Amino acid sequence: MGYQFTRAEAERIFGEWTRNYDVFAPKLMEGEGCFSDTDIVRYGKVTSLDEIVWDRKSDYSFKEVLLAIHETLFYFTEDETTVPKGPQRDLLIFLRSCDLCAVQRLDEIYLKNGYEDFYYARVRERAKFILMGCEMTCASGFCVSMGTNRAEQYDAYLKVAQDVVYADIREEGLKSLVTGGKEREVVPDYVTENQEKVTLPKNLSNESFANGIWKEYGDRCIGCGRCNFACPTCTCFTMQDIFYKDNERVGERRRVWASCQVDGYTDMAGGHSYRKTQGERLRFKVMHKIYDFEKRFGYPMCVGCGRCDDICPEYISFSNCVNRLAKEEMDHEK
Amino acid sequence: MGMDINTKKLKKNAYRVSKERGIGASRIRVPGGYLDAKILGMVQEIAETYGNGYVHLTTRQGFEIEGIHLEDMDAINEKLQPIIEKLEINQTDPNTGYPASGTRNIVACIGNNVCPFANYNTAKLAKRIEKEVFPNDLHFKIACTGCSNDCAKVRMHDFGIIGMTLPQYDPSRCVNCQACVKGCKSLSVNALRVENYKIVRVEEKCIGCGVCVTKCPTRAMTRSKQKYYKLTIMGRTGKKNPRLGEDFLVWADEDNIVKIICNTYRFVEQYISPDAPGRKEHIGYIIDRVGFEEYKKWALEGVKLLPETIVKECVYWNGIHFDR
Repeated sequence: MGYQFTRAEAERIFGEWTRNYDVFAPKLMEGEGCFSDTDIVRYGKVTSLDEIVWDRKSDYSFKEVLLAIHETLFYFTEDETTVPKGPQRDLLIFLRSCDLCAVQRLDEIYLKNGYEDFYYARVRERAKFILMGCEMTCASGFCVSMGTNRAEQYDAYLKVAQDVVYADIREEGLKSLVTGGKEREVVPDYVTENQEKVTLPKNLSNESFANGIWKEYGDRCIGCGRCNFACPTCTCFTMQDIFYKDNERVGERRRVWASCQVDGYTDMAGGHSYRKTQGERLRFKVMHKIYDFEKRFGYPMCVGCGRCDDICPEYISFSNCVNRLAKEEMDHEK
Repeated sequence: MGMDINTKKLKKNAYRVSKERGIGASRIRVPGGYLDAKILGMVQEIAETYGNGYVHLTTRQGFEIEGIHLEDMDAINEKLQPIIEKLEINQTDPNTGYPASGTRNIVACIGNNVCPFANYNTAKLAKRIEKEVFPNDLHFKIACTGCSNDCAKVRMHDFGIIGMTLPQYDPSRCVNCQACVKGCKSLSVNALRVENYKIVRVEEKCIGCGVCVTKCPTRAMTRSKQKYYKLTIMGRTGKKNPRLGEDFLVWADEDNIVKIICNTYRFVEQYISPDAPGRKEHIGYIIDRVGFEEYKKWALEGVKLLPETIVKECVYWNGIHFDR
């Protein structure tokens, strides 16, 4: 149902929500950017509408709320294991439409791809999503090209204007905490055109392995993995077994995010490694985002948020790379 | 009529006597080497009106307008006024040019306005120190550099200020990619190691350069809110005993560094050699004469350092001796 609230009414409702939910939203982390005296926007727990950054895309996505960067799966003693408790409260996650579409990709991998992942599922089932609209396109996003500029699966939509807050609240639990306000129709803001436009190549195949583009970008890539860590759809993790220093018979098993660009990702017992060069790794990543995920699940993995482009210290543009592949294909057909 | 000019006064007014009779040069100090581009036009105008049309970019980030006639100094001083005002240089009387020259222009690397490695705004600190110490005719050389790379070569100065950051590590954001470890090893001092897939920083080794922070792809390593500095002292070039400045304070704060520099002026006033030509004696030679212990007493007068600041209780310098 659509509402118009005064700022004070909205703050009061938001206060009710924070009493009932852990609310995560893009926040300004002052001085925590890569360089001195720079800030970043990333997800954190918020207790007031003022803490939420509305006018800038988050540098890192909401992904870390559903899928912790570092998660202990279980603790082990000599003859017992203990699984740590999952979230004790429901979660409210503020995100934009591209990111809400990314949730579908995460669900695909962690819930529908054979086994249901216990750890992801227990967080996911507590999560509610609050859509943040986009009045204008961001500079690097290409959501329109990817069809992710509109997302319908939200539990609520919130728009903070000057003194007024517009909301479309669908989920019953959230609705039950609403007081005051005027009912009215509210349609989420979404963009219909981006500066960045991407055409996906249609006929990628094993032959694309030999494309010189991989060598070219590979020579520039430094393998830092920022593109993966900022990506809302990258889902890879690796395992760490820890034996505590004071008693090595006790320890824990963790899983942490992994990046297909970072050394070690394809290392195997015996020292073999599948993709040694950055070019091979970049090819694997691009092909996964726009080709083989789609072959398997029927839609591309990439949601066009543009964060990988924004964060790459070597100015490698994923969107341009994809466009070049598509252009080569078209030139070839001619 | 012969030219009758007080060269001692002229030098303190930031002019230079040149090789050529009657011809000098006008020196424009630019604290931190940071200036509104409009000043370039003003310098050009003076050079073309009063000089020979050429300007030297000085080794201390100022301008030296060549080929000026010494009798034009008053006119040039008036032309310098808008430059002095724009640069916010402390001045005694307007339209009289720079009021001193002994304390040299305060140099800075480009700093964190531009450079990804810099740990602070070097030009801003240079300007702050300039405000505190200028005008003064005692011979002080001060320089600010953003990180331990020391592009500003601050160790060749009486006071070198090197930016530091104390890495803040959040293990819950760390994915063990080891970019910080590799960066620290290849670019810095190899102060990081991995233990149970997490990073351990060897505090005694860490120089606070911030390489780990710039390398971290997940923001597990971030900068400390407190800005830290290393203060190196009594480096110098020169004929007798050129040497690199040695660390005096590590993990120090800005306010105390400014205080120590100001205290040093009082120390020099007390101990400068009465025979020093034109009251120009490098502070380092004064300290060599009276002893570091005595200097330290003066320098740390009224200084309350942060608990984490390391003070080098004894400082020894080396360098090349041509005077023995």
